[in-house]
Amino acid sequence: MNKISLIIQREYLTRIRKKSFIIMSVLGPIIFAAYILIPMYFATLEDKEEKTIVVIDDSKLFTEYESKGPKFVIPGTEYLKFQVIEGVTVETFRDGFEESGYYGILFIPANILASESSLIYSTKQTSVEISQYLERSMDSEIEHLKLAQHDIKDIERILAEVETSINVRNIKWTKDGKTQESNTGVVMGLGYLSGMMIFFFIFFFGSQVMRGVIEEKVSRIIEVIVSSVKPFQLMMGKIIGVGLVGLTQFLIWMILSAVLVTGLKAAFFPELNRTPTEQVVASDLFDQGDGQEETMNPSEAIPEVGDLDMAQEIFASLKSINAGVMVGAFLFYFIFGYLLYAAMFAVIGSAVDNETDTQQLIFPVILPLILGIYVMISAINNPDNALSFWFSMIPFTSPVVMMVRIPFGVPWWQVALSASLLVVTFLGMTWIAGKVYRTGILMYGKKASYKEIWKWLRYSS
Amino acid sequence: MNRTSELSGANLISASAVVKDFSGHRALNQVSMEVPEGSVYGLLGPNGAGKTTLLRIINQITAPDEGSIHFKGQPIGPDHRHMIGYLPEERGLYKKMKVGEQALYLAQLKGLTRQEAMLRLKHWFQKFEMSAWWDKKVEELSKGMAQKVQFITTVLHEPQLLIFDEPFSGFDPINVNLLKQEILKMKENGATIIFSTHNMASVEELCDHITLINESEVVLQGEMSEIRETYRADKYLVSFQGDPEKLSKGLDPDFELLSLEENGMGRQATIRIGKGEGSARLIRNLVDITEIKSFQEILPNMNDIFIQVVSDTNIKKGS
Repeated sequence: MNKISLIIQREYLTRIRKKSFIIMSVLGPIIFAAYILIPMYFATLEDKEEKTIVVIDDSKLFTEYESKGPKFVIPGTEYLKFQVIEGVTVETFRDGFEESGYYGILFIPANILASESSLIYSTKQTSVEISQYLERSMDSEIEHLKLAQHDIKDIERILAEVETSINVRNIKWTKDGKTQESNTGVVMGLGYLSGMMIFFFIFFFGSQVMRGVIEEKVSRIIEVIVSSVKPFQLMMGKIIGVGLVGLTQFLIWMILSAVLVTGLKAAFFPELNRTPTEQVVASDLFDQGDGQEETMNPSEAIPEVGDLDMAQEIFASLKSINAGVMVGAFLFYFIFGYLLYAAMFAVIGSAVDNETDTQQLIFPVILPLILGIYVMISAINNPDNALSFWFSMIPFTSPVVMMVRIPFGVPWWQVALSASLLVVTFLGMTWIAGKVYRTGILMYGKKASYKEIWKWLRYSS
Repeated sequence: MNRTSELSGANLISASAVVKDFSGHRALNQVSMEVPEGSVYGLLGPNGAGKTTLLRIINQITAPDEGSIHFKGQPIGPDHRHMIGYLPEERGLYKKMKVGEQALYLAQLKGLTRQEAMLRLKHWFQKFEMSAWWDKKVEELSKGMAQKVQFITTVLHEPQLLIFDEPFSGFDPINVNLLKQEILKMKENGATIIFSTHNMASVEELCDHITLINESEVVLQGEMSEIRETYRADKYLVSFQGDPEKLSKGLDPDFELLSLEENGMGRQATIRIGKGEGSARLIRNLVDITEIKSFQEILPNMNDIFIQVVSDTNIKKGS
């Protein structure tokens, strides 16, 4: 009867059966989706309250005269209206502005071309959205005016022709000569997500190992167990058992997420269910037919096409990343990153008598992991620079940093070196952890410190 | 100690010259111990003497720095773990785990198959009338109940050697009795038992061999009967009828009258005779001067021996 498998079984089953595990498994993807979707939802939420801004245009550059009277050249939006009033000053509105029902007063001075500033008076803090909208609109208005002053013939037409919005589409050639479209943003996002996920899992399940060790120590069952099995077997059994819990949870999340995504995809992007050929043909036709109209009336045609393009590009990009390599690398760094850190967490657990004492010991252990997150964020933009390279080699940060590099494509020798370093360090760390652990678990009432741990490491047994 | 080597064939455990150091503190210094098969072996000593360390070494929880442990003549190894049952001084179980599941787990770690463990557990749980606890979590049990569960898990795999570290501390009196009965029963069935204790009464009741450890060293070792012989105080308690004055005056000057008192039992005298001298001359002397109602040797109890030996060695070390 293999004792390690018995220990793994116990560690695994007791955790899987916990209510918290079941709740986390179901809620995990939902919480995760909520984390992404809720800020997006809030960002798209527009202020639905209609606001009217009084425009006092001393420069007269922004006023058009129509039959109905003066009109602000910058168009209002659904919820933002402008009303040009002439022959008044800002002071006119100062008293009783609150009751007037206006949101604010936009004052454009006569010397706006020189001063390049205008003022908004309001009793409220003007929203960033409104300020940005006004800035952008007035900028382009003045640019047009300045260009017009040069009196170039057909300036309007030239400008319309000149206006371009380049969309850089990344086409990768695969070895067998196929072309694949990839979107850097998607690749970045995928790398970032994998790195974060590994960080989270190491931290979460590493802590579980630590708590498990403390539980055995505090409940004093440890002595009974180590009279039946070697301390090293107990430690490895616990680390592997908890790791399997992590993998199980991960698997459940993946399946649930896949179900969620498929559901959402079907509900919101029905076009994507067509075959790729159909998509290409359809979009080509669409592009040609609309080419002319796009330049003429960009405000109406683009958003729809853009949305579809975007969604197509994302799914195309996901297809372009070598799924096998990505999943393989993720599992490898996930497993070995966890194993390396779990051994260190087990040592901390063995060194203390209660959870509160862990604080000071945990910090040096998770420091490299947090550093890894910072480097990862920089590596997303520079996946091939020296910083990214070195931190994807150092075993304490490589699980997080290498994951963001892999979707961009990394030379095989770098992956091999990083992976071997990680495995070697894991073996060394586990050996050291085993030595400290077997002494630590039987120590009570000692003040937990790294000095003490160093002493235990040198005990013969 | 030379004597024990002759018996080594019948020894279940023999520890030879075991040394264990903990960062500047020597927990065990050249400790040797022979535990005959089928004996109840008492490991005595004050707190911090090194008893638990020695028991942990026999359990292979820690390894000795020097010296060796043999189990039935073989160097002790992982294969022997199944043959030992250990009840540590600090007792504990997984609090959140169900009683039955936990007992099954611990039994399987000791090498029993699940089926076998289940069968034996059913038997023990019925015997101790605790079948209703099977699906309860340990944290729901009282201390006494948890102790019973732990005891069962210690003996379930019917090991050849049982090691109890301070078995009587922490158990309530009912469980202490239960434990004593079980220890004697297991001895009858051929098991060898080592236990450490402060409780000298239980030593006298149960042990046939002892080792006394003080400050990491063995200070007294051997069979109980021999030790009693060695530590005979040559004191006798005499109940008599007659004039106490006459007794104290008529007593041979070779004998020392330690006390003379009168209580509900009648008149009693405590008399010490010369080292190694038989009681015959004292009896003859007494017959002449008083009427003896009863005459008995005052045997040293383990408590006295313990205190005497420990304070003697401490004085020696102090000087």
